[in-house]
Amino acid sequence: MQDEQRYQKLKEIIKIYLPEDVSVEQVGQESHFIEELNINSANLVDIVLDVEDTFDIMLENEDMEQMQTVQDALAIIDKKLQHKN
Amino acid sequence: MDNGNDHYRRWGREFTIIMEYKPILDRLPYAKPFLFVDQLQQVDEDGAKGSFTFKKEMDFYEGHLKGNPITPGVLLTECCAQIGLVCLGLFLLGSEELKEAKIGMSSADMEFYLPVYPGERVWVSSKKIYFRFHKLKCEVKMHNDRGELVCKGTIAGMIKSSDHG
Repeated sequence: MQDEQRYQKLKEIIKIYLPEDVSVEQVGQESHFIEELNINSANLVDIVLDVEDTFDIMLENEDMEQMQTVQDALAIIDKKLQHKN
Repeated sequence: MDNGNDHYRRWGREFTIIMEYKPILDRLPYAKPFLFVDQLQQVDEDGAKGSFTFKKEMDFYEGHLKGNPITPGVLLTECCAQIGLVCLGLFLLGSEELKEAKIGMSSADMEFYLPVYPGERVWVSSKKIYFRFHKLKCEVKMHNDRGELVCKGTIAGMIKSSDHG
C-alpha cells in the first residue's frame, strides 16, 4: 500500500533526528514533532530537506509552517506528489 | 610608476570594503568581551571571510590554561560562528530586514589542528551548504597568519529577523 510505504519512509527519516530519550516506537501519525518527539526546529529543517530528497519534491516556507505533526507531513508529501503528476 | 598613488588606491579599496560591510558589523548582536569579529574581507551569497585578533589582554588566558595561555577551542568555534555563520546570515537576510535578528547556534562539529596563542590573528572563511527555512548551515575553516589550518568544521544555526516571531 502506497500510503503505508510513504509513512514508513518518513519514519526512517524521522528516526535519524530523534533525541536519545525518544524511541522510534513512540512515533505515531498524531505525533507532534517539537512538543512530543522533542525534535528542535533546526532538526525539523533537516527532516524537511531529507523529505525533499527522498520524495523528490520541493517544500515552501508555508508548508514548513503547517508541518507540525507526522500527519501534517504526510498530507504535505501527498499534496506535493499529486501536483508533480 | 607612482607608488604614492598606488598606496592610496589600495587604501581606498580597503576603506571601501570596510564601509561596505559596516552595516553587517553594526548589526552583530555581540559586544566586548564576546565579540570575535574585527574585520570582514568579503561576504557574498556563498560565504563570508573575516579576521580577528585574540588580544593578549583577554581575561580567559589567565585560566586557560594555568601558566600556559592558549585560546580555548570553544572560542575558536565561536569566532568561526560569528564570522562564518552570523555575518553571512545577516547578509543573506538582506538589507530590507534591518530589524534585529534572532540567532541561535544549533550544531557545531569541529576539528582542531593547531593552537592559537595570545596575540595571534586568525582568518575565518565559510562556505554556505544551505540556507533554508531560516536554517543556515556552513563549512568553516580558520587559518593563522602563516596560512596554516587551525581548525575546520560544520556549523549550523537558526537565523531570522525578530518580526517573524
